[in-house]
Amino acid sequence: MLNPVVLRITLRATLGRKRALVFLLVPLVLLLITVTLKLVAVSPVWPAEFLGAFGFSVVLPLTALIIGTSVLGAEIDDGSIVHLLATPVSRTAVVLSKFAAAVALTIMFGALPEFVAAGIARGFGGKLALGLLAGALVASVAYNALFVMLSVLTTRAIAAGLLYLLVWEGLLGNLVGGVRVLSIGQYSVSVANAIAKASALNAHLTLTTAIGMGLVVTVATLAVAARRLSAFSVKGEAV
Amino acid sequence: MNGGCLIELRGVSRWYGNVVAVNDITMTIGPGITGLLGPNGAGKTTLLNLMAGFLAPSRGELTVAGEPSWRNPRSFKVLGLVPERDSVYAFLTGADFVASTARLHRLPDPGAAAQRAIEIVDMAAAQDRRIATYSKGMRQRIKVAAALVHDPRVLLLDEPFNGMDPRQRLEMMDLLERMAGQGRTILFSSHILEEVERMSGTIQVIVGGRLAASGDFRAIRRLMTSRPHVFLVRTSADRALGAALIGRPAVTGVELTQRGLSVRTCDFGAFSRELAGLCRDGGIRLHEVLPSDESLESVFSYLVTT
Repeated sequence: MLNPVVLRITLRATLGRKRALVFLLVPLVLLLITVTLKLVAVSPVWPAEFLGAFGFSVVLPLTALIIGTSVLGAEIDDGSIVHLLATPVSRTAVVLSKFAAAVALTIMFGALPEFVAAGIARGFGGKLALGLLAGALVASVAYNALFVMLSVLTTRAIAAGLLYLLVWEGLLGNLVGGVRVLSIGQYSVSVANAIAKASALNAHLTLTTAIGMGLVVTVATLAVAARRLSAFSVKGEAV
Repeated sequence: MNGGCLIELRGVSRWYGNVVAVNDITMTIGPGITGLLGPNGAGKTTLLNLMAGFLAPSRGELTVAGEPSWRNPRSFKVLGLVPERDSVYAFLTGADFVASTARLHRLPDPGAAAQRAIEIVDMAAAQDRRIATYSKGMRQRIKVAAALVHDPRVLLLDEPFNGMDPRQRLEMMDLLERMAGQGRTILFSSHILEEVERMSGTIQVIVGGRLAASGDFRAIRRLMTSRPHVFLVRTSADRALGAALIGRPAVTGVELTQRGLSVRTCDFGAFSRELAGLCRDGGIRLHEVLPSDESLESVFSYLVTT
């Protein structure tokens, strides 16, 4: 279902721009703070507290937001998507390839730095590092499925994604318990917590719920994205 | 398989809210070269997007090679599209871009197919440069190469002559004529009638979303040369030249204006030949000759009313 040509062009388009340097900025900040905190050692649970809060509610969602909305969204915006769609490649393959590229890039610039930070804090073979890596992988997959879908549905995908992150996950997720069942942030910290067993991670879902719902959200959003891309319309001159 | 390269529209309309972009068009486009002409905003791009499956008809039926193109990516096995917008993957080289397109089509030998297409549009010399460095005409040609790479039976081109210099334009026309000669269906749009003067084939004129006229290029060309032209002529002795001009059969009206002499002619060729002779005979110095009604709308509306 993946198309290697789409995958390759997408990776080149994203990594070839100067913006790729911006992707490095966030993980650098993460690692820098981790090293600083390790040196000053504020509290015994700081790694789970800091990497859970900053890593899972800032680094991963924002990295996925920037990457997930641009892998397909940038081409839709500038019209170059027409060259890709004027071929018999199935629209599902286009969406899945774009999604795969976004996941790979988010792992590179979000999940791996999170793992390295946890490793610096508590050792690379430790439960915390492995737990955070597993959680970060879940985040890379599910967030990108959502953001790729948003980029097909609306030209304001970044705004829509920020709204989801800040209002739905950030605000309502903390106030209304039921919202957590539909929160990608909760899926990822819950998976992380199932391995790391750290209460500071602030996880509220069982492993089964987190993985099950994560899968449902990923498959559903990608299906919507493929459906909408099949009905892709070029804006006419009358509009 | 003759129906294999037909574009058929039956009562096709497309509207956006209250705006009707394409209004009840029925036509069949077969092998050979067809020009889709009309002023800007007439609905040409909308029509091409409908044919390429990048828009759903609001009403009516549209098929390419017997299959509807909307929601049917497989139609690109027989169809090639050169979009009007200039956005391509500028970070790729021309050769990369065309070869990638060949791979997206799953051609058995994408490298060879890409080379063949690049040769056809005469871009071999620049194929290893990044597209970002290309001129507009080169981008146009590399887009044509990408659209040709799978040897489509039907090729749609949206304003292919845009941004080309006269030599490139002639080459592109020769290329389109050659492909049409191989039995393909070539449909291109243009808003500049003069661009397509040399072409043979048929044209479809779209004005205001409607099919306003269709027919043979040669017939339309005759209409174009015999249509009334208005020129603004500035000389050292406007009144004397005006008196001489009104005596010629090619001139149907002369008016003295503040800016010079406004001359209406029904025979563009004869007028331009005689003007110089009249000036020389009368010892009149010719400062300027300007066509003053060359707006596309006036040309198209003339074609539509005749």
